[in-house]
Amino acid sequence: MSTPIVYEPDRAFALPANQRRLISLMLYLGFAALAVGVVNGLAQALNYADIDVFRYFPGLHTYYEGLTVHGVFNVIVLTFAFANGFVSLTTARGLNRPLNGGLLWAAFVTLLAGAALAAGAILSGHASVLYTFYAPLEAHWTFYLGLTLIVVSTWLTSANLFLSLSRWRREHRGERIPLLAYISVVTFIFWDIASVGVAADVVLMLLPWSLGILSGVDPMLSRTLFWFTGHPIVYFWLLPVYVSWYAMIPRQVSGSLFSDTAVRIVFLMFLCIIPIGLHHQYADPGISPGLKFVVAGLTFVVFLPSLLTAFSVMYALEIGGRRRGGSGLLGWIFTLPWGEPSVAAQILAMLAFMLGGITGLINASYSINLDIHNTAFVPGHFHLTVGSAVALSYMGITYWLVPYLEQKRLWGKRIALAQAWCYFVGVLIFARGLISGGLAGMPRRTAISLIDYPLPPGWREAGILTGVGGTLMFIGAVLFFVVLAMTVLFGEPTEIADIPFTDTIEPPPASGWLVNLDRFGYWVAATIVLCVLIYGPIIYHHIPPELYSSGSTNY
Amino acid sequence: MERYERIFFWFSAAVLGLLLCCLAYITLFMDIHLPGHGGRIMPKDGQPLATAVLVTPPFNHPGIHEIGPGRYEAAVLAMQWIFFPRKIEVPAGSEVTFRVTSTDVIHGFFIPGTRVNMMAVPGYVTVETYRFRHPGNYLLLCHEYCGRQHQTMWGEVIVK
Ligand code: HEM
Ligand SMILES: [Cu+2]
Ligand SMILES: [Cu+2]
Repeated sequence: MSTPIVYEPDRAFALPANQRRLISLMLYLGFAALAVGVVNGLAQALNYADIDVFRYFPGLHTYYEGLTVHGVFNVIVLTFAFANGFVSLTTARGLNRPLNGGLLWAAFVTLLAGAALAAGAILSGHASVLYTFYAPLEAHWTFYLGLTLIVVSTWLTSANLFLSLSRWRREHRGERIPLLAYISVVTFIFWDIASVGVAADVVLMLLPWSLGILSGVDPMLSRTLFWFTGHPIVYFWLLPVYVSWYAMIPRQVSGSLFSDTAVRIVFLMFLCIIPIGLHHQYADPGISPGLKFVVAGLTFVVFLPSLLTAFSVMYALEIGGRRRGGSGLLGWIFTLPWGEPSVAAQILAMLAFMLGGITGLINASYSINLDIHNTAFVPGHFHLTVGSAVALSYMGITYWLVPYLEQKRLWGKRIALAQAWCYFVGVLIFARGLISGGLAGMPRRTAISLIDYPLPPGWREAGILTGVGGTLMFIGAVLFFVVLAMTVLFGEPTEIADIPFTDTIEPPPASGWLVNLDRFGYWVAATIVLCVLIYGPIIYHHIPPELYSSGSTNY
Repeated sequence: MERYERIFFWFSAAVLGLLLCCLAYITLFMDIHLPGHGGRIMPKDGQPLATAVLVTPPFNHPGIHEIGPGRYEAAVLAMQWIFFPRKIEVPAGSEVTFRVTSTDVIHGFFIPGTRVNMMAVPGYVTVETYRFRHPGNYLLLCHEYCGRQHQTMWGEVIVK
């Protein structure tokens, strides 16, 4: 079993300098959004602790305006920027060929323009509709246009990846797609199909309505289209992180990934099970309980790829830990490179994700969801997933990615380590608070510090934990920005020739039916069939849309 | 390794399958349902939605109505930023069928401590039945963001 070192002179591939630059700019745009997002996050956490600070925020009109900023900046701008930048790089590296510079540039500019438009609409108080923008709450048209551009930037990135892949295929007939490129490209194929729902919602209904061309909207159709995308979007946040967990972390801990085929199957499972957004509508009228139950069943199936990921990644970690001298049943855990901030942050992120997965199972569980639907339990759950499994992994990836892109040594390794632990401990306390609050009936998306009924039992304790944990998370985030800024500005120049990615112990077979895993056409067709089976009847029922709901800008 | 992987896969699948069976059992044999669909309210051409709601039974008489011994129907309107009626009173042990709709944007309808947890969507009526066994004051919360004063949108169910 060989573990090639990180730098392989004969295979190393250098991305052209201008493409590196664009990828860094994309990432910095995302992190700028995160910086604004976490400031609002702190205010929200304190709000749940019954401390009203957001009234002192300059230019912020209401709690909900800040919450809109938090949602849009963190889970739309940051995540899309990171996916665009990071997955472009992994595709290029996987295929050993540069990207299309023009498309890369276009993706960056559209993302920037979209983020600026949406931010302008929100911060001027004309789009306090939260990141879910449920119609008929009506935002200024620039908000919808901004979101559209942000999605278009991911489509431009997809075009770039597909173009590279088709060129590569022409030069490598009959070869299996390299794993790193495979999982990167599937991430974007997945997202292209998933994003159709919200794109149709915004472009065909909400945008014309906000411009006064349509007199109203069909709120249920809009909500259903939104959640068609709103469920799989969480995997678009997650899959770039899975790329790192599968393809990079094993190498970073001196391990290897065991099975190439298993990873491909995991990514295809995510692709095929797109149409289960209805599980966000368990408490809605107008959808039959039978269909809701079918969707609950499919939702349980999507837990499988994540459980398999836990298995494969943990095994890769174990191989690494043992190669580094760990022995015994659990000894390999202690010999992992815990002193490497990039590794530590991502292993902590995986631990958070386990808790996130368990709480997610509760959300998914049909009638059990009624106990916690729309309560503080829900943000408690998803700060363990997107708020830390994903965000903390982004930070961990950044600890090698930015040095690679900037050709500078990471500044402040110790601070980076402290950062990861601080954020991790913070999110555990924070989520414990929100989850217990949710079980005690505390609603989410509510300016708790302004309510005029006495706090019910359990809410105060829950709120205090939320406030304390949220403050630690905030400190962790600030430390991250310190490390990032110092590395970019004052990092010691050095030469880093390649990105770390793993070999597999069982390479992909070159013949047999498994070759079909690389024929995306079949899998896309299967996905579309499932989407039509589940969503066809609902959408058909709403055609033509009944535009009876005229809208409200009361926010 | 492959063998462990296979075992792990089928074990996970079995656990998830079992959980799903439990959920089916709860629904089919313990009578715990998701909120149901209580019909549509469609404004006629040019009519505002709020007007259409106010002429559609039972929302032409919002409030609590006895529909049988120990059984009540509560017709509740959700609007920015109140429930109408705000206060619902029923005797302990009674079974209440909530019928909820919205006259403007999407609202929530949530009674902490019970499984009454549903969305009020303009143009739709959402229905849920619940038996209040124990006397007490229950909070009724809007738990979906519905605009600036969302946090002030609450009411009470008083069970005597
Ligand atoms: C310093 C770190 C953070 C703190 C203290 C924090 C705090 C909070 C709190 C208290 C809420 C609940 C607000 C409410 O329901 O009224 C919330 C919502 C949310 N957070 Fe965070 N958060 C942080 C970081 C993040 C990150 C990194 C992400 C994602 C990448 C994220 C994504 C979200 C989303 C999507 C919501 C839901 C917004 C909505 O309901 O419209 N947060 N956050
Ligand atoms: Cu979902
Ligand atoms: Cu509300």
